Amino acid sequence: MSTTNHATDDASAPRGKAPAGERLADWADGRLGVYSLAKANMRKIFPDHWSFMLGEICLYSFMIIIMTGVYLTLFFHPSMNEVTYSGPYVPLQGIRMSEAFNSTMNISFEVRGGLLIRQIHHWSAVVFIAGMFVHMMRVFFTGAFRKPREVNWMFGFLLFVLGMFTGFTGYSLPDDLLSGTGVRFMEGAILSVPIVGTYLSFFLFGGQFPGHDFVARFYTIHILLLPGIMAGLLVAHLILVFYHKHTQFPGPGRTEKNVVGMPLMPVYMAKAGGFFFLVFGVIAAVAAVASINPIWEFGPYRPDQVSTGAQPDWYMGMAEGLIRAMPGWEINFWGHTLQLGVFIPLVLFGVVLAVMALWPFIESWVTGDKSEHHLADRPRNAPTRTAFGAAWVAWYMVLLLGGGNDIAATHFHLSINAVTWFVRISFFVIPVLTFVATKRICMGLQRRDKDKVLHGRETGVIKRLPHGEFVEVHAPLDQGQMYTLTQHVQHQPFELGEEVDENGVRRKAGPVTKLRSKLSQGMYGEGSQIPKPTAEEHAEITSGHGHH
Amino acid sequence: MKKLSVRRRHPLAALVVLLFALAATGGLYAAFAPAEKAQADSSQSLAIEEGKKLYSVGCATCHGTSGEGTKTGPSLVGVGSAAVDFQVGTGRMPAQQPGAQIPAKKVAYSQAQIDQLAAYIASLGPGPSVPTKAQYSPGGADIANGGQLFRTNCSQCHNASGKGGALSDGKFAPTLQGVTPKHIYEAMLTGPQNMPNFPDTTMPEKDKKDIIAYLGEVDSGKTPSEGGLELGGLGPVSEGLFGWIFGLGTLIAVAVWVAAHTTKARKS
Ligand code: HEC
Ligand code: HEC
Ligand code: HEM
Repeated sequence: MSTTNHATDDASAPRGKAPAGERLADWADGRLGVYSLAKANMRKIFPDHWSFMLGEICLYSFMIIIMTGVYLTLFFHPSMNEVTYSGPYVPLQGIRMSEAFNSTMNISFEVRGGLLIRQIHHWSAVVFIAGMFVHMMRVFFTGAFRKPREVNWMFGFLLFVLGMFTGFTGYSLPDDLLSGTGVRFMEGAILSVPIVGTYLSFFLFGGQFPGHDFVARFYTIHILLLPGIMAGLLVAHLILVFYHKHTQFPGPGRTEKNVVGMPLMPVYMAKAGGFFFLVFGVIAAVAAVASINPIWEFGPYRPDQVSTGAQPDWYMGMAEGLIRAMPGWEINFWGHTLQLGVFIPLVLFGVVLAVMALWPFIESWVTGDKSEHHLADRPRNAPTRTAFGAAWVAWYMVLLLGGGNDIAATHFHLSINAVTWFVRISFFVIPVLTFVATKRICMGLQRRDKDKVLHGRETGVIKRLPHGEFVEVHAPLDQGQMYTLTQHVQHQPFELGEEVDENGVRRKAGPVTKLRSKLSQGMYGEGSQIPKPTAEEHAEITSGHGHH
Repeated sequence: MKKLSVRRRHPLAALVVLLFALAATGGLYAAFAPAEKAQADSSQSLAIEEGKKLYSVGCATCHGTSGEGTKTGPSLVGVGSAAVDFQVGTGRMPAQQPGAQIPAKKVAYSQAQIDQLAAYIASLGPGPSVPTKAQYSPGGADIANGGQLFRTNCSQCHNASGKGGALSDGKFAPTLQGVTPKHIYEAMLTGPQNMPNFPDTTMPEKDKKDIIAYLGEVDSGKTPSEGGLELGGLGPVSEGLFGWIFGLGTLIAVAVWVAAHTTKARKS
């Protein structure tokens, strides 16, 4: 097919060869069949709404991390051999330190562009994981995780968790006082695992903490194992986005069967390419302006030293918060100690993450909804889900505050004990309050939508009626807006049905089914959604009288 | 000569020499010292006198009329002039209201008055005295050793570069940026409020000097930060906030801008 096209082109330009690009494409097509591939894929449509670009922010910051990381590997020595510092930073001259720390000092002070690259690498890691967090929330609040995208949700979630650990291992590599404290923290968490804790710790560190192996091991994990898995997942993630096509916000002309937006080629690609440079630019600017992880201020790690204000990067702050908020309980029996003060936070760390990861499956089980969804939900139309998401975010934020309790205390002139107690109580209370408040707000917004559909939009024009009454003029919505506000499907709660079926046979619902029905009532029952206006209601109100 | 050389080895010879030497120095001292001593004594007692006056106006309500302490302030007998110079010189004393910890504030006395107060308190009982310039000036000290000592003894409360940190119940270790060498020395010597003290027996003068030199070197008010904005030097908490707000925040703003400038919007 390409050749026929080509022939006509040639005819219109009799002399001379086709442009180089075209010849290259022809060459490639002859061997790889790129034209048919392209034809099938280049016209993929990508809707454009800023929130759909969050994934791209993640993608580009991941690419930036890889590129800068490669540069850093050229100079970093993953070794714990002791050396004496003799570089240009005076306050550390003559201090004994690991080669890992020494080489990081070298990158920061002697390698050309080293400090900038280090800071770009670290800042983009901070932005990357923050981006994933917000991207995940976008997907969550719009219900974009529903069938058929559950698998992609899991891929994404894995990326988020792996991102956290990649960040943590990377942060530990320079072997400075701050990150060493973080590794010690992790060792403590591993030790708290009943029965196998000590063995696990010895296995990971190759003996007693800190030993001589962990930097080399973390290095392999950080630059090979985790990024490799992440790159694979990322490709799978994008392939699935491509395969499922993108979700879109509801509106006139947008259905479950189409996608409205820009074709991938050339418009979207051009935009995406430009956006990559914008992302790179912003991160580079941040890295050029602001210092991150100034290891020379912390000094090399020594197990007998510690600095106050020792926190992990923000994405591990949640774990830090759990530890700081947890009372130091422990149980002693038969000469064994169960460190609940550390073990419970370790378990909760998994629980907090798992709750979010599993929500899509819980939701589809409760609703029993097996149909495909390609239109994004407006968050207000799924009040229970939205409230749950908001509660989770609040929960997470409470724990972040817990992780920074000392900084909060000194900067707001509070007692650290008061902050810790606030976090302990909030851990249980704030999610509930957020849930209730968010649900109410969603319901309020649904009511407002209904009002708008039935009575039109408030124009701000006040009219005085002949008998003296003041009324505000409401303008009817246009068809498109009306559609947008009413297109959503409202689920009906799942009823248990009759205890006895029509033939008089008793049908006993099991406890699981009963639970499902309860949850379903909570999600779609009367208290959880406002019935959307029907065409009849609209017709009745707009048909004449009674309308101001 | 032979006689003398024999007697030189006599067991009592050393004693005789010592007696001669004592007599000689005693005589010399008697000849020169008294006038000076009397002078020093009188200026000292004048300072104590003045200090006592200042004390009874500004401090006695809390520390008792003669420094014996009351319910609202501890005894000052034996705290030494260094403690006074630190407490009053950093504005902590006179304390204003009770709280978790008495904060540093505007200094209420002139250095001359502080010296008088210090002289008075020192006269109540022996204690660590105000260090001399030679003791605390950081010139020629070993900065790297100071850093090592600081990370071993101080950073658990004051943070690795002296940016301060929280202690329990609203108490805190203040930032050490901009604190003068003399006050750093005195703080180590006297251990104000919730800080342990580091007397010369556990931390010799040289180590204190090294620490002072290190703190001078990492004071971001004096030396620029290598990596750019320090963000308070508070570590990952402020970095995380900055990354979210200025990193991701800017990127989202950019995304909104890109999405708003679309060709699709103008499609017929
Ligand atoms: C409002 C009450 C109050 C006043 C006024 C006050 N102090 Fe104090 N002072 C205290 C308290 C309380 C402490 C103990 C602080 C602590 O260690 O927690 C203290 C501690 C001290 C110390 C440190 C004692 C030590 O053990 O190292 C010195 C020195 C001192 N005060 C000197 C003074 C001087 C000099 C004045 C007058 C200029 C003064 N104070 C005025 C309440 C007061
Ligand atoms: C147990 C925690 C702790 C340790 C360890 C500690 N400090 Fe302090 N430091 C404090 C506290 C609390 C204060 C505030 C005391 C006050 O306000 O009276 C303080 C005050 C100071 C001050 C006065 C600052 C000012 O604003 O005037 C200096 C200087 C100081 N410390 C230096 C050091 C040095 C040097 C070391 C190590 C040799 C050290 N500290 C170790 C807790 C500590
Ligand atoms: C390495 C990190 C990640 C990268 C590079 C990435 C990239 C992308 C991109 C480019 C898209 C399409 C554009 C968009 O909707 O924003 C996308 C969609 C999606 N992402 Fe991610 N993502 C990452 C992490 C995550 C995480 C943590 C989750 C959730 C747990 C997730 C879940 C999804 C889902 C379900 C979609 C489909 C959304 C839809 O079609 O509306 N992703 N991702």
